[in-house]
Amino acid sequence: MLVLGETVMVLLDYIQFLISGLTVGSTYGLTALGFTIIFNTTGIINFAQGEFLMLGGMLSVFLLKFLNLGLLPAVLLAIIITTCVGALIERFTIRPVQKSSTINLIIITIGISIFIRGVAMLLWGKDTYALPSFSGDTPLSFFGASMHPQSIWILSITLVLLCLLKFFFARTIYGKAMLACSFEKKAAYLVGINVQRMVLFSFMISALVGAIGGVILTPLTMTSFDVGILLGLKGFAACILGGLGNPFGAAAGGLILGVLESFGAGIVSSAYKDAITFIVLLLLLFVKPSGLFGQAEVERV
Amino acid sequence: MLTIKNIDVFYGKIHAVRRASLHVRRGEIVALIGGNGAGKTTLLSTVSGLLRPAAGNIVFDGQEITRLGADRIVRAGISHVPEGRLVFKPLSVEDNLLLGSYHRFSFKLKQEITEDMEAIYSMFPVLKERRKQPAGTLSGGEQQMLAIGRALMARPKVLLLDEPGMGLAPNITQEIFKHIVSLRDKFGLTVLLVEQNARSALKIADRGYVLETGRIVLQGPAEELLQNKDVQRAYLGRDITDQVEISNE
Ligand SMILES: Nc1ncnc2c1ncn2[C@@H]1O[C@H](COP(=O)(O)OP(=O)(O)O)[C@@H](O)[C@H]1O
Ligand SMILES: [Mg+2]
Repeated sequence: MLVLGETVMVLLDYIQFLISGLTVGSTYGLTALGFTIIFNTTGIINFAQGEFLMLGGMLSVFLLKFLNLGLLPAVLLAIIITTCVGALIERFTIRPVQKSSTINLIIITIGISIFIRGVAMLLWGKDTYALPSFSGDTPLSFFGASMHPQSIWILSITLVLLCLLKFFFARTIYGKAMLACSFEKKAAYLVGINVQRMVLFSFMISALVGAIGGVILTPLTMTSFDVGILLGLKGFAACILGGLGNPFGAAAGGLILGVLESFGAGIVSSAYKDAITFIVLLLLLFVKPSGLFGQAEVERV
Repeated sequence: MLTIKNIDVFYGKIHAVRRASLHVRRGEIVALIGGNGAGKTTLLSTVSGLLRPAAGNIVFDGQEITRLGADRIVRAGISHVPEGRLVFKPLSVEDNLLLGSYHRFSFKLKQEITEDMEAIYSMFPVLKERRKQPAGTLSGGEQQMLAIGRALMARPKVLLLDEPGMGLAPNITQEIFKHIVSLRDKFGLTVLLVEQNARSALKIADRGYVLETGRIVLQGPAEELLQNKDVQRAYLGRDITDQVEISNE
Protein backbone atom coordinates (compact mmCIF):
# COMPACT_ATOMS: atom_id res chain seq x y z
CA MET A 1 0.00 0.00 0.00
CA LEU A 2 2.75 2.33 0.99
CA VAL A 3 4.73 1.46 -2.14
CA LEU A 4 1.73 2.06 -4.35
CA GLY A 5 1.11 5.39 -2.69
CA GLU A 6 4.65 6.39 -3.34
CA THR A 7 4.42 5.41 -7.00
CA VAL A 8 1.33 7.55 -7.39
CA MET A 9 3.08 10.43 -5.68
CA VAL A 10 6.04 10.10 -8.04
CA LEU A 11 3.70 9.93 -11.02
CA LEU A 12 1.92 13.07 -9.86
CA ASP A 13 5.26 14.78 -9.52
CA TYR A 14 6.12 13.79 -13.05
CA ILE A 15 2.88 15.16 -14.42
CA GLN A 16 3.59 18.33 -12.51
CA PHE A 17 7.09 18.56 -14.02
CA LEU A 18 5.68 17.91 -17.45
CA ILE A 19 3.10 20.68 -17.17
CA SER A 20 5.50 23.28 -15.88
CA GLY A 21 8.10 22.14 -18.40
CA LEU A 22 5.70 22.51 -21.30
CA THR A 23 4.58 25.90 -20.04
CA VAL A 24 8.05 27.36 -19.73
CA GLY A 25 9.09 25.48 -22.85
CA SER A 26 6.37 27.25 -24.81
CA THR A 27 7.95 30.60 -24.14
CA TYR A 28 11.36 29.24 -25.12
CA GLY A 29 9.64 28.03 -28.26
CA LEU A 30 8.18 31.47 -28.95
CA THR A 31 11.59 33.05 -28.47
CA ALA A 32 13.05 30.46 -30.81
CA LEU A 33 10.35 31.27 -33.36
CA GLY A 34 11.42 34.89 -33.21
CA PHE A 35 15.00 33.89 -33.95
CA THR A 36 13.80 31.70 -36.80
CA ILE A 37 11.79 34.41 -38.52
CA ILE A 38 14.64 36.90 -38.67
CA PHE A 39 17.12 34.19 -39.55
CA ASN A 40 14.92 32.93 -42.35
CA THR A 41 14.68 36.34 -43.94
CA THR A 42 18.15 37.73 -43.37
CA GLY A 43 20.48 34.97 -42.23
CA ILE A 44 21.06 37.04 -39.08
CA ILE A 45 20.79 35.62 -35.59
CA ASN A 46 19.19 38.44 -33.65
CA PHE A 47 20.62 38.36 -30.16
CA ALA A 48 18.23 41.12 -29.12
CA GLN A 49 15.37 38.60 -29.36
CA GLY A 50 15.29 38.08 -25.58
CA GLU A 51 14.84 41.83 -25.09
CA PHE A 52 11.56 41.68 -26.98
CA LEU A 53 10.26 39.32 -24.28
CA MET A 54 11.56 41.62 -21.56
CA LEU A 55 9.95 44.65 -23.20
CA GLY A 56 6.63 42.86 -23.64
CA GLY A 57 6.52 41.98 -19.95
CA MET A 58 7.98 45.19 -18.51
CA LEU A 59 5.92 47.52 -20.68
CA SER A 60 2.75 45.65 -19.69
CA VAL A 61 3.61 46.06 -16.04
CA PHE A 62 4.20 49.78 -16.38
CA LEU A 63 1.32 50.58 -18.65
CA LEU A 64 -0.91 48.77 -16.18
CA LYS A 65 0.52 50.52 -13.13
CA PHE A 66 1.20 54.05 -14.26
CA LEU A 67 -1.34 54.64 -16.96
CA ASN A 68 -4.00 52.73 -15.05
CA LEU A 69 -5.02 50.94 -18.18
CA GLY A 70 -6.87 47.68 -17.84
CA LEU A 71 -4.87 44.48 -18.20
CA LEU A 72 -5.95 43.81 -21.78
CA PRO A 73 -5.28 47.33 -23.14
CA ALA A 74 -1.95 47.46 -21.30
CA VAL A 75 -0.88 44.13 -22.72
CA LEU A 76 -1.98 44.98 -26.26
CA LEU A 77 -0.27 48.35 -26.12
CA ALA A 78 2.92 46.73 -24.81
CA ILE A 79 2.89 44.30 -27.71
CA ILE A 80 2.34 47.10 -30.21
CA ILE A 81 5.14 49.23 -28.76
CA THR A 82 7.54 46.29 -28.80
CA THR A 83 6.65 45.59 -32.42
CA CYS A 84 7.49 49.20 -33.22
CA VAL A 85 10.80 48.81 -31.38
CA GLY A 86 11.50 45.88 -33.70
CA ALA A 87 10.80 48.12 -36.68
CA LEU A 88 13.03 50.89 -35.31
CA ILE A 89 15.88 48.46 -34.75
CA GLU A 90 15.73 47.33 -38.37
CA ARG A 91 15.32 50.80 -39.76
CA PHE A 92 18.05 52.54 -37.78
CA THR A 93 20.64 49.91 -36.95
CA ILE A 94 20.38 47.09 -39.50
CA ARG A 95 19.35 48.86 -42.71
CA PRO A 96 22.11 51.51 -42.73
CA VAL A 97 24.75 48.78 -42.59
CA GLN A 98 22.94 46.04 -44.48
CA LYS A 99 25.84 45.53 -46.85
CA SER A 100 28.10 44.39 -43.98
CA SER A 101 28.83 40.75 -43.39
CA THR A 102 26.35 38.63 -41.46
CA ILE A 103 28.75 38.31 -38.56
CA ASN A 104 28.97 42.10 -38.21
CA LEU A 105 25.20 42.35 -38.21
CA ILE A 106 24.98 39.68 -35.52
CA ILE A 107 27.44 41.63 -33.39
CA ILE A 108 25.28 44.72 -33.90
CA THR A 109 22.28 42.83 -32.51
CA ILE A 110 24.33 42.01 -29.41
CA GLY A 111 25.02 45.72 -29.04
CA ILE A 112 21.33 46.50 -29.44
CA SER A 113 20.40 44.04 -26.72
CA ILE A 114 22.88 45.63 -24.32
CA PHE A 115 21.50 49.07 -25.18
CA ILE A 116 17.86 48.07 -24.67
CA ARG A 117 18.68 46.42 -21.38
CA GLY A 118 20.54 49.53 -20.26
CA VAL A 119 17.63 51.80 -21.10
CA ALA A 120 15.23 49.45 -19.31
CA MET A 121 17.40 49.53 -16.21
CA LEU A 122 17.55 53.33 -16.23
CA LEU A 123 13.80 53.60 -16.65
CA TRP A 124 12.61 50.89 -14.32
CA GLY A 125 15.54 50.09 -12.04
CA LYS A 126 16.70 46.65 -11.04
CA ASP A 127 13.56 45.56 -9.22
CA THR A 128 11.49 42.54 -10.05
CA TYR A 129 7.91 43.15 -11.11
CA ALA A 130 4.82 41.00 -11.35
CA LEU A 131 1.89 41.04 -13.72
CA PRO A 132 -1.55 39.68 -12.76
CA SER A 133 -2.56 36.45 -14.44
CA PHE A 134 -5.11 36.67 -17.21
CA SER A 135 -7.75 34.62 -15.45
CA GLY A 136 -7.00 34.45 -11.75
CA ASP A 137 -4.63 32.30 -9.76
CA THR A 138 -6.88 29.48 -8.61
CA PRO A 139 -5.03 26.31 -9.62
CA LEU A 140 -6.84 23.92 -11.89
CA SER A 141 -6.58 20.24 -11.25
CA PHE A 142 -5.23 18.18 -14.09
CA PHE A 143 -5.04 14.41 -13.53
CA GLY A 144 -4.44 15.16 -9.89
CA ALA A 145 -1.62 17.58 -10.59
CA SER A 146 -2.28 21.24 -10.20
CA MET A 147 -2.03 23.58 -13.09
CA HIS A 148 -1.93 27.34 -13.04
CA PRO A 149 -4.62 28.84 -15.31
CA GLN A 150 -1.93 30.97 -16.93
CA SER A 151 -0.33 27.75 -18.21
CA ILE A 152 -3.40 27.14 -20.34
CA TRP A 153 -3.09 30.63 -21.80
CA ILE A 154 0.57 30.09 -22.53
CA LEU A 155 0.11 26.70 -24.15
CA SER A 156 -2.82 27.68 -26.31
CA ILE A 157 -1.46 31.04 -27.43
CA THR A 158 1.82 29.38 -28.37
CA LEU A 159 0.00 26.72 -30.33
CA VAL A 160 -2.09 29.26 -32.21
CA LEU A 161 0.93 31.42 -33.04
CA LEU A 162 2.87 28.41 -34.22
CA CYS A 163 0.09 27.32 -36.55
CA LEU A 164 -0.31 30.83 -37.93
CA LEU A 165 3.41 31.16 -38.64
CA LYS A 166 3.61 27.70 -40.13
CA PHE A 167 0.75 28.59 -42.44
CA PHE A 168 2.32 31.92 -43.31
CA PHE A 169 5.69 30.49 -44.34
CA ALA A 170 4.51 27.28 -45.98
CA ARG A 171 1.32 28.39 -47.69
CA THR A 172 1.36 32.08 -48.53
CA ILE A 173 3.40 33.74 -51.25
CA TYR A 174 4.43 36.48 -48.82
CA GLY A 175 5.88 33.92 -46.43
CA LYS A 176 7.71 32.22 -49.26
CA ALA A 177 8.96 35.58 -50.46
CA MET A 178 10.39 36.23 -47.00
CA LEU A 179 12.20 32.91 -47.15
CA ALA A 180 13.42 33.71 -50.66
CA CYS A 181 15.17 36.82 -49.34
CA SER A 182 17.55 34.75 -47.28
CA PHE A 183 17.98 31.89 -49.74
CA GLU A 184 18.99 34.07 -52.68
CA LYS A 185 18.78 37.78 -52.06
CA LYS A 186 19.72 38.88 -55.57
CA ALA A 187 17.10 36.63 -57.14
CA ALA A 188 14.55 37.90 -54.62
CA TYR A 189 15.14 41.43 -55.90
CA LEU A 190 14.88 40.20 -59.48
CA VAL A 191 11.44 38.65 -59.05
CA GLY A 192 10.26 41.97 -57.66
CA ILE A 193 10.36 41.32 -53.93
CA ASN A 194 11.02 44.47 -51.94
CA VAL A 195 13.72 42.85 -49.85
CA GLN A 196 14.15 45.76 -47.45
CA ARG A 197 10.47 45.75 -46.64
CA MET A 198 10.59 42.00 -46.01
CA VAL A 199 13.50 42.42 -43.62
CA LEU A 200 11.55 45.14 -41.83
CA PHE A 201 8.51 42.83 -41.56
CA SER A 202 10.67 40.02 -40.24
CA PHE A 203 11.92 42.22 -37.39
CA MET A 204 8.37 43.35 -36.65
CA ILE A 205 6.95 39.83 -36.63
CA SER A 206 9.81 38.59 -34.45
CA ALA A 207 9.30 41.45 -32.02
CA LEU A 208 5.57 40.74 -31.99
CA VAL A 209 6.05 37.05 -31.26
CA GLY A 210 8.69 37.87 -28.65
CA ALA A 211 6.47 40.44 -26.94
CA ILE A 212 3.56 38.01 -26.81
CA GLY A 213 5.89 35.45 -25.25
CA GLY A 214 7.00 37.96 -22.63
CA VAL A 215 3.46 39.05 -21.87
CA ILE A 216 2.08 35.56 -21.32
CA LEU A 217 5.08 34.38 -19.32
CA THR A 218 5.39 37.32 -16.91
CA PRO A 219 2.34 36.45 -14.75
CA LEU A 220 4.03 33.15 -13.92
CA THR A 221 7.66 34.10 -13.54
CA MET A 222 7.83 37.86 -12.80
CA THR A 223 10.10 40.09 -14.79
CA SER A 224 13.01 42.51 -14.48
CA PHE A 225 15.22 44.47 -16.85
CA ASP A 226 17.56 41.54 -17.39
CA VAL A 227 15.23 38.57 -17.99
CA GLY A 228 15.96 38.87 -21.70
CA ILE A 229 19.49 37.51 -21.38
CA LEU A 230 18.59 34.07 -20.14
CA LEU A 231 15.37 33.81 -22.15
CA GLY A 232 17.26 34.80 -25.26
CA LEU A 233 19.93 32.18 -24.67
CA LYS A 234 17.34 29.51 -23.96
CA GLY A 235 15.41 30.44 -27.07
CA PHE A 236 18.60 30.32 -29.09
CA ALA A 237 19.40 26.90 -27.65
CA ALA A 238 15.89 25.74 -28.57
CA CYS A 239 16.46 26.99 -32.09
CA ILE A 240 19.68 25.05 -32.49
CA LEU A 241 18.08 22.02 -30.87
CA GLY A 242 15.24 22.06 -33.38
CA GLY A 243 17.41 22.96 -36.36
CA LEU A 244 17.96 26.61 -37.17
CA GLY A 245 15.45 27.96 -39.65
CA ASN A 246 12.68 25.46 -39.03
CA PRO A 247 9.68 27.02 -37.20
CA PHE A 248 8.26 23.68 -36.14
CA GLY A 249 11.67 22.55 -34.94
CA ALA A 250 12.11 25.80 -33.01
CA ALA A 251 8.87 25.33 -31.11
CA ALA A 252 9.52 21.64 -30.51
CA GLY A 253 13.06 22.48 -29.39
CA GLY A 254 11.61 24.93 -26.88
CA LEU A 255 9.17 22.41 -25.47
CA ILE A 256 11.83 19.74 -25.19
CA LEU A 257 14.20 22.10 -23.40
CA GLY A 258 11.47 23.24 -21.04
CA VAL A 259 10.55 19.69 -20.13
CA LEU A 260 14.17 18.58 -19.69
CA GLU A 261 14.82 21.55 -17.46
CA SER A 262 11.77 20.95 -15.38
CA PHE A 263 12.55 17.26 -14.85
CA GLY A 264 16.19 18.03 -14.24
CA ALA A 265 15.32 20.63 -11.66
CA GLY A 266 12.74 18.37 -10.01
CA ILE A 267 14.71 15.16 -9.96
CA VAL A 268 18.34 16.26 -9.73
CA SER A 269 18.44 19.76 -8.33
CA SER A 270 17.05 23.13 -9.30
CA ALA A 271 20.58 24.49 -9.02
CA TYR A 272 21.36 22.74 -12.31
CA LYS A 273 18.23 23.92 -14.13
CA ASP A 274 19.94 26.41 -16.40
CA ALA A 275 23.02 24.29 -16.92
CA ILE A 276 20.89 21.49 -18.36
CA THR A 277 20.00 23.57 -21.39
CA PHE A 278 23.57 24.14 -22.28
CA ILE A 279 24.70 20.59 -21.63
CA VAL A 280 21.96 19.31 -23.94
CA LEU A 281 22.92 21.89 -26.52
CA LEU A 282 26.58 20.93 -26.46
CA LEU A 283 25.80 17.22 -26.70
CA LEU A 284 23.54 17.83 -29.65
CA LEU A 285 26.08 19.95 -31.45
CA PHE A 286 28.51 17.06 -31.21
CA VAL A 287 26.06 14.39 -32.28
CA LYS A 288 23.83 16.09 -34.83
CA PRO A 289 24.91 19.63 -35.66
CA SER A 290 21.96 20.24 -37.99
CA GLY A 291 19.56 19.95 -35.04
CA LEU A 292 17.01 17.28 -34.16
CA PHE A 293 14.68 18.23 -36.99
CA GLY A 294 17.22 19.81 -39.25
CA GLN A 295 17.77 18.46 -42.71
CA ALA A 296 21.16 18.17 -44.29
CA GLU A 297 21.62 20.84 -46.96
CA VAL A 298 19.77 19.91 -50.12
CA GLU A 299 22.04 20.71 -52.95
CA ARG A 300 23.47 19.11 -56.02
CA VAL A 301 26.33 20.66 -57.90
CA MET B 1 12.43 49.08 -77.01
CA LEU B 2 15.41 49.11 -74.65
CA THR B 3 18.03 51.80 -75.05
CA ILE B 4 21.13 52.10 -72.93
CA LYS B 5 23.03 55.33 -73.37
CA ASN B 6 26.54 56.16 -72.18
CA ILE B 7 26.37 54.12 -69.01
CA ASP B 8 29.20 54.29 -66.46
CA VAL B 9 29.19 51.82 -63.60
CA PHE B 10 31.66 51.65 -60.72
CA TYR B 11 32.37 49.20 -57.92
CA GLY B 12 34.02 51.59 -55.52
CA LYS B 13 36.99 52.74 -57.57
CA ILE B 14 36.76 49.98 -60.18
CA HIS B 15 35.34 51.39 -63.39
CA ALA B 16 33.56 48.25 -64.62
CA VAL B 17 31.45 49.68 -67.47
CA ARG B 18 32.62 52.72 -69.45
CA ARG B 19 30.26 54.85 -71.48
CA ALA B 20 28.52 51.81 -72.88
CA SER B 21 25.59 52.28 -75.24
CA LEU B 22 23.41 49.66 -76.83
CA HIS B 23 19.86 49.16 -77.90
CA VAL B 24 17.52 46.25 -78.41
CA ARG B 25 14.53 46.46 -80.74
CA ARG B 26 11.23 44.74 -80.16
CA GLY B 27 11.42 41.05 -81.07
CA GLU B 28 15.18 41.03 -81.51
CA ILE B 29 17.69 38.67 -80.01
CA VAL B 30 20.80 40.68 -79.26
CA ALA B 31 23.99 38.99 -78.10
CA LEU B 32 26.45 40.73 -75.82
CA ILE B 33 29.76 38.91 -75.92
CA GLY B 34 33.06 39.48 -74.21
CA GLY B 35 35.65 37.72 -72.12
CA ASN B 36 35.66 37.10 -68.41
CA GLY B 37 35.54 40.36 -66.45
CA ALA B 38 34.58 42.46 -69.46
CA GLY B 39 31.59 43.91 -67.58
CA LYS B 40 28.73 41.94 -69.12
CA THR B 41 27.11 40.97 -65.83
CA THR B 42 27.59 44.49 -64.52
CA LEU B 43 25.82 45.94 -67.53
CA LEU B 44 22.84 43.56 -67.23
CA SER B 45 22.58 44.14 -63.49
CA THR B 46 22.46 47.87 -64.09
CA VAL B 47 19.56 47.45 -66.50
CA SER B 48 17.63 45.31 -64.02
CA GLY B 49 18.17 47.73 -61.16
CA LEU B 50 20.55 45.68 -59.01
CA LEU B 51 23.25 48.30 -59.60
CA ARG B 52 23.03 52.06 -60.09
CA PRO B 53 24.98 53.69 -62.89
CA ALA B 54 27.13 56.72 -62.07
CA ALA B 55 26.19 58.35 -65.36
CA GLY B 56 24.11 57.69 -68.44
CA ASN B 57 20.54 56.61 -68.83
CA ILE B 58 18.36 53.65 -69.66
CA VAL B 59 15.04 53.99 -71.42
CA PHE B 60 12.54 51.16 -71.74
CA ASP B 61 9.32 51.43 -73.75
CA GLY B 62 9.64 55.20 -73.71
CA GLN B 63 10.00 55.30 -69.93
CA GLU B 64 13.19 56.29 -68.16
CA ILE B 65 14.11 53.45 -65.78
CA THR B 66 17.68 54.43 -64.94
CA ARG B 67 17.32 54.78 -61.21
CA LEU B 68 14.29 52.66 -60.44
CA GLY B 69 14.57 49.82 -57.93
CA ALA B 70 14.70 46.23 -59.18
CA ASP B 71 11.09 45.59 -58.17
CA ARG B 72 9.86 48.53 -60.28
CA ILE B 73 11.86 47.37 -63.27
CA VAL B 74 10.49 43.84 -63.24
CA ARG B 75 7.04 45.37 -62.97
CA ALA B 76 7.80 47.50 -66.03
CA GLY B 77 8.47 44.32 -68.03
CA ILE B 78 12.16 43.43 -67.85
CA SER B 79 13.11 40.05 -66.36
CA HIS B 80 16.69 39.16 -65.62
CA VAL B 81 17.87 35.53 -65.48
CA PRO B 82 20.99 36.02 -63.38
CA GLU B 83 24.42 34.52 -63.85
CA GLY B 84 24.70 31.26 -61.95
CA ARG B 85 20.89 30.80 -62.15
CA LEU B 86 20.29 31.67 -58.46
CA VAL B 87 17.23 29.52 -57.98
CA PHE B 88 15.80 29.42 -54.46
CA LYS B 89 17.41 26.09 -53.65
CA PRO B 90 15.46 24.94 -50.58
CA LEU B 91 12.09 25.90 -52.10
CA SER B 92 10.22 23.57 -54.43
CA VAL B 93 10.32 23.99 -58.19
CA GLU B 94 6.70 25.09 -58.06
CA ASP B 95 7.36 27.70 -55.38
CA ASN B 96 10.25 29.05 -57.44
CA LEU B 97 7.91 29.51 -60.38
CA LEU B 98 5.22 30.99 -58.18
CA LEU B 99 7.65 33.55 -56.80
CA GLY B 100 8.43 34.49 -60.39
CA SER B 101 4.91 35.92 -60.51
CA TYR B 102 5.39 37.78 -57.22
CA HIS B 103 5.21 41.28 -58.66
CA ARG B 104 1.79 40.70 -60.19
CA PHE B 105 0.44 38.21 -57.67
CA SER B 106 -3.06 38.63 -56.36
CA PHE B 107 -5.76 36.15 -55.51
CA LYS B 108 -7.83 37.32 -58.44
CA LEU B 109 -5.05 36.32 -60.81
CA LYS B 110 -4.57 32.87 -59.32
CA GLN B 111 -6.18 31.14 -62.28
CA GLU B 112 -4.05 33.05 -64.77
CA ILE B 113 -0.88 32.33 -62.82
CA THR B 114 -1.66 28.62 -62.70
CA GLU B 115 -2.15 28.65 -66.46
CA ASP B 116 1.17 30.42 -66.98
CA MET B 117 2.80 27.81 -64.80
CA GLU B 118 1.29 25.05 -66.93
CA ALA B 119 2.67 26.77 -70.03
CA ILE B 120 6.14 26.70 -68.48
CA TYR B 121 5.69 23.05 -67.59
CA SER B 122 4.77 22.16 -71.15
CA MET B 123 7.85 24.01 -72.36
CA PHE B 124 10.09 22.25 -69.79
CA PRO B 125 8.32 18.96 -68.94
CA VAL B 126 11.13 17.91 -66.62
CA LEU B 127 10.17 20.76 -64.30
CA LYS B 128 6.68 19.36 -64.01
CA GLU B 129 8.03 15.95 -63.06
CA ARG B 130 10.08 17.56 -60.34
CA ARG B 131 7.69 20.26 -59.26
CA LYS B 132 7.55 19.18 -55.61
CA GLN B 133 11.33 18.75 -55.34
CA PRO B 134 13.59 21.37 -53.81
CA ALA B 135 15.18 23.36 -56.62
CA GLY B 136 18.63 22.59 -55.20
CA THR B 137 18.24 18.92 -56.15
CA LEU B 138 17.94 19.71 -59.87
CA SER B 139 20.84 19.33 -62.30
CA GLY B 140 22.53 22.43 -63.68
CA GLY B 141 20.56 22.35 -66.91
CA GLU B 142 17.28 21.88 -65.06
CA GLN B 143 18.12 24.76 -62.73
CA GLN B 144 18.74 26.94 -65.77
CA MET B 145 15.34 25.97 -67.17
CA LEU B 146 13.81 26.79 -63.81
CA ALA B 147 15.56 30.16 -63.69
CA ILE B 148 14.23 30.95 -67.16
CA GLY B 149 10.78 29.70 -66.22
CA ARG B 150 10.79 31.83 -63.08
CA ALA B 151 11.72 34.90 -65.13
CA LEU B 152 8.96 34.15 -67.64
CA MET B 153 6.41 33.91 -64.83
CA ALA B 154 6.81 37.67 -64.51
CA ARG B 155 5.36 37.96 -68.03
CA PRO B 156 8.24 40.09 -69.29
CA LYS B 157 8.52 41.96 -72.54
CA VAL B 158 12.30 41.76 -72.43
CA LEU B 159 14.36 38.88 -71.10
CA LEU B 160 17.94 39.50 -69.98
CA LEU B 161 19.91 36.25 -69.94
CA ASP B 162 23.32 36.10 -68.28
CA GLU B 163 25.38 33.16 -69.52
CA PRO B 164 22.60 30.57 -69.61
CA GLY B 165 25.09 28.03 -70.96
CA MET B 166 27.62 28.43 -68.17
CA GLY B 167 28.86 25.09 -66.89
CA LEU B 168 26.45 23.07 -69.02
CA ALA B 169 27.25 20.35 -71.54
CA PRO B 170 27.10 21.67 -75.14
CA ASN B 171 24.00 19.68 -76.07
CA ILE B 172 22.08 21.09 -73.09
CA THR B 173 23.24 24.59 -73.93
CA GLN B 174 21.94 24.06 -77.47
CA GLU B 175 18.58 22.90 -76.12
CA ILE B 176 18.28 26.00 -73.98
CA PHE B 177 19.22 28.22 -76.91
CA LYS B 178 16.51 26.56 -78.98
CA HIS B 179 13.98 27.45 -76.32
CA ILE B 180 15.18 31.05 -76.37
CA VAL B 181 14.65 31.25 -80.12
CA SER B 182 11.19 29.73 -79.89
CA LEU B 183 10.22 32.16 -77.12
CA ARG B 184 11.01 34.98 -79.48
CA ASP B 185 9.35 33.35 -82.48
CA LYS B 186 6.19 32.25 -80.68
CA PHE B 187 5.65 35.02 -78.17
CA GLY B 188 7.56 37.91 -79.64
CA LEU B 189 9.79 38.09 -76.59
CA THR B 190 12.76 40.44 -76.89
CA VAL B 191 16.06 39.00 -75.67
CA LEU B 192 19.39 40.43 -74.58
CA LEU B 193 21.71 37.46 -74.30
CA VAL B 194 25.09 37.57 -72.59
CA GLU B 195 27.48 34.75 -73.44
CA GLN B 196 31.13 33.85 -73.36
CA ASN B 197 30.21 31.05 -75.73
CA ALA B 198 30.21 33.57 -78.56
CA ARG B 199 29.63 31.31 -81.52
CA SER B 200 26.38 29.75 -80.26
CA ALA B 201 25.12 33.12 -79.09
CA LEU B 202 25.83 34.87 -82.38
CA LYS B 203 24.26 32.02 -84.32
CA ILE B 204 20.85 32.63 -82.78
CA ALA B 205 21.19 36.41 -82.50
CA ASP B 206 20.10 39.12 -84.91
CA ARG B 207 22.74 41.56 -83.80
CA GLY B 208 25.65 41.54 -81.45
CA TYR B 209 27.87 43.78 -79.34
CA VAL B 210 31.36 43.04 -78.17
CA LEU B 211 32.37 44.30 -74.74
CA GLU B 212 36.02 44.60 -73.74
CA THR B 213 37.17 45.96 -70.37
CA GLY B 214 33.91 47.82 -69.93
CA ARG B 215 33.72 49.34 -73.41
CA ILE B 216 31.62 48.37 -76.39
CA VAL B 217 34.33 47.89 -79.03
CA LEU B 218 32.34 46.38 -81.87
CA GLN B 219 28.74 46.02 -82.91
CA GLY B 220 26.80 44.83 -85.93
CA PRO B 221 24.60 42.15 -87.41
CA ALA B 222 25.39 38.75 -85.96
CA GLU B 223 26.57 37.22 -89.27
CA GLU B 224 29.02 40.07 -89.73
CA LEU B 225 30.45 39.57 -86.28
CA LEU B 226 30.77 35.85 -86.93
CA GLN B 227 32.85 36.69 -90.05
CA ASN B 228 34.85 39.44 -88.36
CA LYS B 229 38.55 38.52 -88.08
CA ASP B 230 39.05 40.21 -84.70
CA VAL B 231 36.02 38.50 -83.24
CA GLN B 232 37.10 35.17 -84.65
CA ARG B 233 40.56 35.53 -83.18
CA ALA B 234 39.46 36.79 -79.80
CA TYR B 235 36.28 34.85 -79.11
CA LEU B 236 35.44 32.23 -81.67
CA GLY B 237 38.75 30.40 -81.73
CA ARG B 238 38.59 29.85 -78.02
CA ASP B 239 35.06 28.67 -78.34
CA ILE B 240 36.10 25.44 -79.97
CA THR B 241 38.66 24.67 -77.31
CA ASP B 242 36.03 25.47 -74.68
CA GLN B 243 33.80 22.78 -76.08
CA VAL B 244 36.62 20.27 -76.25
CA GLU B 245 37.37 20.93 -72.61
CA ILE B 246 33.78 20.42 -71.62
CA SER B 247 33.43 17.14 -73.46
CA ASN B 248 36.61 15.89 -71.86
CA GLU B 249 35.31 16.45 -68.34
N1 LIG C 1 30.92 42.91 -56.65
C1 LIG C 1 32.02 43.40 -57.25
N2 LIG C 1 32.88 44.18 -56.56
C2 LIG C 1 33.99 44.68 -57.15
N3 LIG C 1 34.33 44.47 -58.43
C3 LIG C 1 33.51 43.70 -59.17
C4 LIG C 1 32.32 43.13 -58.62
N4 LIG C 1 31.71 42.42 -59.58
C5 LIG C 1 32.48 42.55 -60.68
N5 LIG C 1 33.57 43.32 -60.44
C6 LIG C 1 34.61 43.69 -61.41
O1 LIG C 1 34.00 44.37 -62.49
C7 LIG C 1 34.50 43.93 -63.71
C8 LIG C 1 33.40 43.38 -64.58
O2 LIG C 1 32.86 42.22 -63.99
P1 LIG C 1 31.61 41.45 -64.58
O3 LIG C 1 30.57 42.42 -64.94
O4 LIG C 1 31.24 40.37 -63.62
O5 LIG C 1 32.23 40.81 -65.89
P2 LIG C 1 31.67 39.64 -66.82
O6 LIG C 1 30.28 39.36 -66.44
O7 LIG C 1 31.82 40.19 -68.20
O8 LIG C 1 32.57 38.47 -66.60
C9 LIG C 1 35.58 42.90 -63.39
O9 LIG C 1 36.81 43.55 -63.41
C10 LIG C 1 35.25 42.46 -62.00
O10 LIG C 1 36.43 42.10 -61.31
MG1 LIG D 1 29.48 37.62 -65.83
